[in-house]
Amino acid sequence: MSNEGVDGNRRRFLTAATSVFGAAGAAAVAWPFLASLKPSAKARALGAPVIADISTLEPGMRATYLWRGQPIWIVRRTPEMLAGLDKVAGQLVDPDSKTQQQPAYITDKSRALKPEFMVMKGVCTHLGCSPILRADHPAPEIDTNWQGGFFCPCHGSKFDLAGRVYKGVPAPSNIIVPPHRYEGDTVVVIGEDPKTA
Amino acid sequence: MNLLMNQTLTRLARAAVVAAGALVANVAGANAGVELLPFTADSGNTASVQRGARNFMAYCSGCHSLKYLRYNRMAEDLNIPDDVLKKNLMFTSDKAGDPIKVAMPAASEQWFGRVPPDLSLETRARGANWVYTYLLSFYLDESRPLGVNNTVLVGASMPHVLWELQGWQKKAEHKAEGEHGGEHHGGSAFEKVTEGSLKPAEYEAFVGDLVNFLDYASEPGKQARISLGLKVMLYLFGLLVLTYLLKKEFWRDVH
Amino acid sequence: MAITPNPYKTTGALGWIDDRFPLTKMWKEHLSEYYAPKNFNFWYFFGSLALLVLVNQLLTGIFLTMHYKPGAETAFDSVEYIMRDVPWGNVIRYMHSTGASAFFVVVFMHMFRGLMYGSYQKPRELIWVFGALIFLVLMAEAFCGYVLPWGNMSYWGAAVIINLFGTIPFIGPDLVVWIQGDFVPSDATLNRLFSIHVIALPFVLVGLVVAHILALHEVGSNNPDGVEIKKNKDPATGIPKDGIPFHPYYTVKDLVGVAGFLIIFCAVIFFMPDGGGYFLEAPNFTPASQTNTPEHITPAWYFGTYYAMLRATPSFAGTQIWGVIVMGAAVVILFFVPWLDKSKVKSIRYKGVLSKTALGIFAVNFVVLNYYGLQPPSALVQLVSQIGTVIYFAFFLLMPWYSAAETTKPVPDRVTE
Repeated sequence: MSNEGVDGNRRRFLTAATSVFGAAGAAAVAWPFLASLKPSAKARALGAPVIADISTLEPGMRATYLWRGQPIWIVRRTPEMLAGLDKVAGQLVDPDSKTQQQPAYITDKSRALKPEFMVMKGVCTHLGCSPILRADHPAPEIDTNWQGGFFCPCHGSKFDLAGRVYKGVPAPSNIIVPPHRYEGDTVVVIGEDPKTA
Repeated sequence: MNLLMNQTLTRLARAAVVAAGALVANVAGANAGVELLPFTADSGNTASVQRGARNFMAYCSGCHSLKYLRYNRMAEDLNIPDDVLKKNLMFTSDKAGDPIKVAMPAASEQWFGRVPPDLSLETRARGANWVYTYLLSFYLDESRPLGVNNTVLVGASMPHVLWELQGWQKKAEHKAEGEHGGEHHGGSAFEKVTEGSLKPAEYEAFVGDLVNFLDYASEPGKQARISLGLKVMLYLFGLLVLTYLLKKEFWRDVH
Repeated sequence: MAITPNPYKTTGALGWIDDRFPLTKMWKEHLSEYYAPKNFNFWYFFGSLALLVLVNQLLTGIFLTMHYKPGAETAFDSVEYIMRDVPWGNVIRYMHSTGASAFFVVVFMHMFRGLMYGSYQKPRELIWVFGALIFLVLMAEAFCGYVLPWGNMSYWGAAVIINLFGTIPFIGPDLVVWIQGDFVPSDATLNRLFSIHVIALPFVLVGLVVAHILALHEVGSNNPDGVEIKKNKDPATGIPKDGIPFHPYYTVKDLVGVAGFLIIFCAVIFFMPDGGGYFLEAPNFTPASQTNTPEHITPAWYFGTYYAMLRATPSFAGTQIWGVIVMGAAVVILFFVPWLDKSKVKSIRYKGVLSKTALGIFAVNFVVLNYYGLQPPSALVQLVSQIGTVIYFAFFLLMPWYSAAETTKPVPDRVTE
């Protein structure tokens, strides 16, 4: 066998160099496989933003749209409904929506870009059932101070007309507001953030 | 690795691939019994493919779908801005993520006797030179229901959609064998009956663009894979050198 | 007789494993203290390359199966979905389709090495038999895989090959219907071929490869000189004088082979994945159609030789089963090579002129037959295929005679460079 000392260094260097080069190659090969699990063009097309024309939505009424397989509600809130939001604040878990269940650009207390139109997912934050709209009030069977909102029949969770969750119900958080933006006054693009100027 | 070298190498690789493809394509076409015109598709020529997309949407998309190609994929690959896409190229859907389908497939079966086939893979299935020759080989034939026939696909149910551009031609009376020089239009020599709005060379370029687009449509990822391939080859040659040096080093022990 | 765990008395985390699982033992037995002859040449790359391609097929196959949808109505569309909509789907698909062809190139080279150097001779007959089984299973696996895209060639190729079973007397036609699960190849057929391709045969293949390698390591590797290195051991260490540990010497050398192979492999994948129309055939870009038969139904290129023999054999007594029998016999005869070769000498280097000529003719003939098997039928194709079939069988059937009758060269005691 040759003198190990000198060869040892060269051997170590070459082994290290080849290993690093090879590992880089292996990572480069692994990447496409992992990336192939990302949503395909088909999934992205199916999950594409949905155009919601709200020009015919009457005050107090709700329109339902499907986006990424889930119901999205747009509720046209009357001034009375908006006023009712303040009256129930004390009964809510997170009245100021501190937990980010809505995009960062939704800063209004009514959890909407335009307070008149509430855009929200129709999904209870407990186990995913679709709550029932109960705009009517009073409704003592739901709550003594009911000002209108959503009642989930599965396990009794309660939300107000801004989707904020009541205390003492199974649901832990406010209903999710999806990313959305306005195109003019009468079209909501569900699934897209507002374009930053 | 600077951009210019990358581009040059990519072009070289594309040329090599195109040349290899030409060899194969002509072999594939020869079996059909009809002499196909030489044409090598170049879906790397973006300008040509863009024109071809426009040509396709204008003349073909009424009957032929490209059901495996999505509008937004085409726009991304061909550098077509969103508004241009929607205005000039999207006629059968308003969602860019949708595949390019046909408005009334059932009706066309009534009109033509068969449903016009989807063309997503046409150049891969038949060869680019087949499609090219086909579009140049329509001729007047009174015995056919639509008054036209085609030397490449005898008894074709397709009308000569591009007649305004090419004009009308009929089969030449004399035999075509041994003829060299002059213009060929199609596998056998044709005679012009009516002039079209395009000169013959312009019509051939039009069809060439269209076939380049169909070649793109048959494999949208082709250009990306070729340029990635260059990087991969570079890496592998480096790996070969390193592993060889490593082997040589270890094998100094072995006598 | 109790076996003591951890005979090497390793400690730490490794020791914890070795106390419970023969990890270091396996490492030493099969890598760092598996002594292989030091004179391996180019032909010895193909075993490790075959393993590499197997891993490639398994890995890419797993990821393709995540998106592929078996079923007559969905399969073709799902392959185009993979090619266009799935991120990197086209690359993964090409790796798999090119890998299938690469597998056969590598395996043919690997088998030829065995024929050249007499690697099937005692005590290595079982390695060869396992190998022949692997070859058989590989062909079935490739056939099933080719049907899955449900292109027009997939369909008609399936129809032709499954109909071969129809030539069996009495039970033939019923057997075909049973295999297909329908009266023609259909959705039912596709689904069961999918199961066979994705689950059944891969398990069998991996099991056979493990058996193949275990059988090899049990007796030790042959080499280009056909010299048994275990006959010459160092008296102090018991290590064969012409042996070197597989790791690091052959691990490092095989890496060079891998790099070289990958250059060719990736050149195909990235620059000509259709393989000139031989790896991805043009008719298969059209969906399967029961009414539209392709002009020339050809099997995949790697079946060319056997297809030539099938077509070369004429019909006799009203049945075409003879062609099926001949084609089958062409593969089965491989199993018998260890017992057909009567030579005292293993390697072609020391065999006589008869064996050298025979092997050379066999190799050329195999390639020629392969080419003709893929051509449209004609009188010339028929003639060449028939002559080629005779030559193919003659190589094996005459071997007991020419391998014994010829004058061989003296075999050295020690390996040569």
